[in-house]
Formats: sequence, structure tokens, C-alpha cells
Amino acid sequence: MRARAELATDYIQRTDGRGRSRITTLRSESPLMLRPTFPKGPEPWTDGAANVARVCLAAGAAGPVGGDELVLRVDVGRDSTLVLRDVSATLLLPGPGGEQSSTRVTVHVCSGATLVWIPEPVIAAHGCRHRSDIRVDLDPGARLLLREELLLGRHRESPGTVYQHLRVRLDGRPLLNQQLSVGPGAPGWGSPAVTGGRRALGTLLVVDPRWSDDPPPAAALDGDSAVLPLNGPAALVSAVATDNLSLRRSLDVGLDRLTG
Amino acid sequence: MAGTGAAEATGADAAAALLLLSDGRLPAGGHAHSGGLEATVAAGRVHDVASLEGFLRGRAATSGTVAAAFAAAACARVIRGEVADLGTLDAELDARMPSPALRATSRKLGRQLLRAVRVIRPHPCWDEIGTSPHHPLVLGAACAAAGLPPRAAALAAVHDAVVGPATAAVRLLGLDPFATHAALARLGPMLDRIAADADSCAVGDPADLPADSAPLLDLAAEQHATWEVRLFAS
Repeated sequence: MRARAELATDYIQRTDGRGRSRITTLRSESPLMLRPTFPKGPEPWTDGAANVARVCLAAGAAGPVGGDELVLRVDVGRDSTLVLRDVSATLLLPGPGGEQSSTRVTVHVCSGATLVWIPEPVIAAHGCRHRSDIRVDLDPGARLLLREELLLGRHRESPGTVYQHLRVRLDGRPLLNQQLSVGPGAPGWGSPAVTGGRRALGTLLVVDPRWSDDPPPAAALDGDSAVLPLNGPAALVSAVATDNLSLRRSLDVGLDRLTG
Repeated sequence: MAGTGAAEATGADAAAALLLLSDGRLPAGGHAHSGGLEATVAAGRVHDVASLEGFLRGRAATSGTVAAAFAAAACARVIRGEVADLGTLDAELDARMPSPALRATSRKLGRQLLRAVRVIRPHPCWDEIGTSPHHPLVLGAACAAAGLPPRAAALAAVHDAVVGPATAAVRLLGLDPFATHAALARLGPMLDRIAADADSCAVGDPADLPADSAPLLDLAAEQHATWEVRLFAS
């Protein structure tokens, strides 16, 4: 299955001076179904605010299944705020002929704009072969909060192969570029240097122009998670865990440190 | 006469130059670092030769692959006289190291190597590379200054990424040094393959260079940085 979806927002000023963010493009293509939504659970930064654009990504079919090529483009217009979430977790499944599936997401966040992107976990089922490529371009003064959670296999299952690549540029300069490769196609992935047999891995990236070039200090939260200030107005929480519940707990602790 | 560029070197003296740069006895301070192994041993994740070999394999596939690619890219830039591009490589490498402890270690090792190679291999690039460059960039430039090709720079970088932790393991765990080196020998084909891959992308866009990450190495480095007493600097 091939699908291309698109989402864009802008900010409109009202006559009474109170502006709001508006969805200007909402183009779904199955299985990438974009739905405007009300607030769903706690939101960092934007909690409950009524003038924020909220969209949920729902899967219109199982997968991604091997062979699927999914493309999503997100444009957060100047001064607008978008909260992008998932309806449910994503289960990566093998294709009938062992083909690779891919998800490509291109994001542009304009100056003064905010993107809060908190997807649900991605679960790498046994035999899957998936490549995820996220490219985020931030204009100066853009804010970003991005969470990624990867679970290696369902219950008592060994995972398939996943390549997860995140590239973030700020004002055209590289801010974060990380590829995580796990599964049978990734040599050394179970190593005590990489995952060490942990079944849940996650990161939370916060880019906040208020930090200027002085993000919060490094902190080893415990042996399995840490706050990592980047070279720029940004910090990454990195965590490994035995299961998704403790992973989420670790990322939430990091989130509180960076946004609380 | 001091070497000033690739054109002077013949194949034979370049091979000797590679051995010189990758020798653990090079006075550049590398012996004081365990490459994250000390914290990994303390966490109980490495305890014998088999788990050490797994650690080294993971390190080669991630930070070793990135170091190899950036050493090869730096070497290629210096050979072509594009020394100004090293700044772009430096920023790209920063983006591939989320752990501030690892960024600091890489720059410290880079400074120490720079101090050594300034004397060992005088070259005009040493005045343009900056005061605190990342280690793989200095290593790549040093290989170019010695008349070595990008592939040799990549091999030296990925070799360095595994040999340091392996010898540290002998001190930290009292492992049999012969068995430890046998593990290193088994990694040989993997290191050769990583160097060949690094060579093939050495002259491409720096933004497209490998970015393989190792979550546990990042976490180990941050843990280790908080210790008051430690045997190794990293």
C-alpha cells in the first residue's frame, strides 16, 4: 500500500486580539487517516488550551505491513501550535514476501510555531522489516517536543528489523542526527553497548528557543535514562527499559524536568 | 623531511604511517579511556570475554562506524585541500553525539591527538582545524598528512573504537589478554567491512554520513561522568 498524507496549520489573529491556530490542510490517504480531535490526555506545553490545533493520526489498516510506503508531510505555520498524536500504537508487520515497509515523515516548523508530537509506541513484530525516516526542519524560534518509543517484539516475541532515523535541523544547521538499528538485520544490536537485551527504547526531544544555547544540564536520572543537553537550545531524554510501562515512566520524569 | 601531503608518500612508507598512528603507544592519551566499558562493567552488562565481544561488536557497529565515516571524510577533505569543510563535519558529528560527556571526551581526545600530530606530522591543516576538534577529524586529517587514503583513516578509527575498550577490559575484569585479543581478531572482518563502507561515502554530503546510535553507550557515559572515583577517564 502506498499513501501520502499532508497536514498544515496557520495562525489567525481575531479582531478581539485573541488568535487561534487553524488547520489549513488535512489530506488523508488510507491507511494514514488524519482526524481533528479534542484534547486527549495530558499535553505538555499546551495543556487544554482551546486555541491550539489538534490532530490524531489513525491507522486505516493494519501495519505498516512489509511493502507499504507511507509518506506524511507536516507544516506548522508561523506562530501556530499543533498537537499531533496517534489514536493507537503502531504494529510493524512482515509482508508476504519479506519486503521492507517504510514511513517517511517530513516536518517543517516555522518561526514562533510549536509542534507537540507525541505518538504512541511502535511495536516491531517478529519478522518485520521497516525503515522509518523522520526529517524535521526548524526555523529559528520554533519549538518542538517529539517523543519516540520503540518496543522490540510483542509479548515474548523477538523483533524483526527496524531502522529508525531521526534528523533535526535548526536554522539549516544539524541539531540531532540519530539512527537506531535493531533486529536480525542490524549487527551488534543486542550488544551491552546498544540495547543490552532491553525490550523498550525511547527518546524525548525538546527544542525550546528560550534556552538559547544553554539547555538544562545533563542528568543521569538512573542507570537506564538520562537528560542529554544538545549543542543548541535543545535536550534529549534517552531511556531504555524492560517494558513499555517503565519506559513511559522514565520519559515522563525527563519530560517534567524539561517542561515543568 | 617532514611529510606535507599525500603526493610525497609512497605505498610502503604510508603503511608504516598507519601502524604509527594506530599504535596504542602513540603519546595521545588514548590509553586512559575505556570507551564506556568501565561503566558497563559496573552495571554488570560485561563480565567475561563473550560479553566483551558483544560489547565491542555493538560499539563497532555504532560509534565505531560513525567515527570511521567521519575520519574517512576528514581525510578526503584534507587530501583535496578542502580543510574549511572540516567545520561542517564537526557540526554534523556533534549532532550524532547526544551525550555531552561523549562530545567532551571526543574533543579532549582530539586535542590530545592534535598536540601529538602537530609535531609528528607538520601540515598546514593543523592551523585551520580549530583548537578543539573531534577525535575522528584529527585522526582523518593526520592520515591525510601522512599520505594515507580515507579507507586507512576509517580503519584506524574503527580499530581505535574497539582496541581501547578491549585492553581496558583486561585491567577492569582481569580477563585473559590472549582470549581478549582473540576476540579482537574475530572482529577483523567486520572492521574491514566498516572501513570499506566509510570509504565509499567519504566524499558525499556530510549530512548523509552514518548516524548509528548506541543508547546504552550514551547512558553509560553520563553515569560514568558522575563518578567521583574511576580508573578510566571515560
